[in-house]
Amino acid sequence: MEQPNLSYIENMSGGDKVFEQKLIDIIKIEFPEEKKVYYNNLAAKKHKETAENVHKLKHKISILGLEKSYTVAVAYEENLIEGKTELKNEFEAILQNITKYLDQL
Amino acid sequence: MNCIIIDDEATARAIIGQLCSTVSSLNVLEEFPNAIQAIKYLNQNQVDLIFLDIHMPDFTGFDFIDTIKKPPKIILTTSDPKFAIQAFEYNCIVDYLVKPISQERFLKGIQKAQSLSSPTSTQTVTSTEEVEASSDNDLYINIDRRLIKIDIPSIYMVEARGDYIQLKTEDKNYTVHSTLKKIEEKLPNDVFLKVHRSFIINIKKIVDIEDNSVLIKKDVIPVSRSNRPELMKRLNLL
Repeated sequence: MEQPNLSYIENMSGGDKVFEQKLIDIIKIEFPEEKKVYYNNLAAKKHKETAENVHKLKHKISILGLEKSYTVAVAYEENLIEGKTELKNEFEAILQNITKYLDQL
Repeated sequence: MNCIIIDDEATARAIIGQLCSTVSSLNVLEEFPNAIQAIKYLNQNQVDLIFLDIHMPDFTGFDFIDTIKKPPKIILTTSDPKFAIQAFEYNCIVDYLVKPISQERFLKGIQKAQSLSSPTSTQTVTSTEEVEASSDNDLYINIDRRLIKIDIPSIYMVEARGDYIQLKTEDKNYTVHSTLKKIEEKLPNDVFLKVHRSFIINIKKIVDIEDNSVLIKKDVIPVSRSNRPELMKRLNLL
């Protein structure tokens, strides 16, 4: 599986290390919250709301340089809008991957 | 240029804020996690440019643009390239940035904003009456700064009246600053049907149909020729 990285954050920060850390801190707070809402909505079978959660999470996926995972997230969001959950396991593996990465930052 | 950032995601607001800090001519006045807070701010403050997320819960970026009068220049920021065509419908939108936003693309957007003359005055005023949000069975309309809940099934018709729409319900009628197109998006399309460019009806409330009109309560509503086949299709004809 592809691994998250900080390339995008480092590129757009222009070398501003304080900003880089600030953004990482924000992601570390926001990502678990979004993930929790995603799991809650999925458990409640609220597919439309779950699609919205995936939509928001996919921005974090792209920020962390996960290009293939981003494609999965886009397809999964479409899935959910159609009331399907076919890519659920694949998407949740991405969430786990990011969780693990953020924990060691 | 004085600007504000509207995005429900703190990460996105931080990134756009950082990108703005690299451009000396940009001055970020405020950041908002939702459009409603921004509307209140714009009621009392002038801005030249808004960075606006499209995909926000309850009140989308497009809802926001439809709500404010005389919008300043707007740069849309979104993870969804699919809204680009819709964005062209708004003169105030100067660029469309797909997340994650690169610095190069951001600067290009700023150049566009700077090169285009402002479509309107920078003063932005909220309407006193507007459609605010909807859930499955409820629709909230803003009348004199009060959000009034309307039970959607109780609406029997909506009529376009210039810059306003009139909502007729079982109990009361409401005049709201909004468009027929906007309310059409909020109403369930299995029950509500646009039968004329100025009218949406609740097909469950039809009393009778005659030639090119329908009777709902005591209102006779015209049915345009192009919409009649769809209306007939929806009826349980014997």
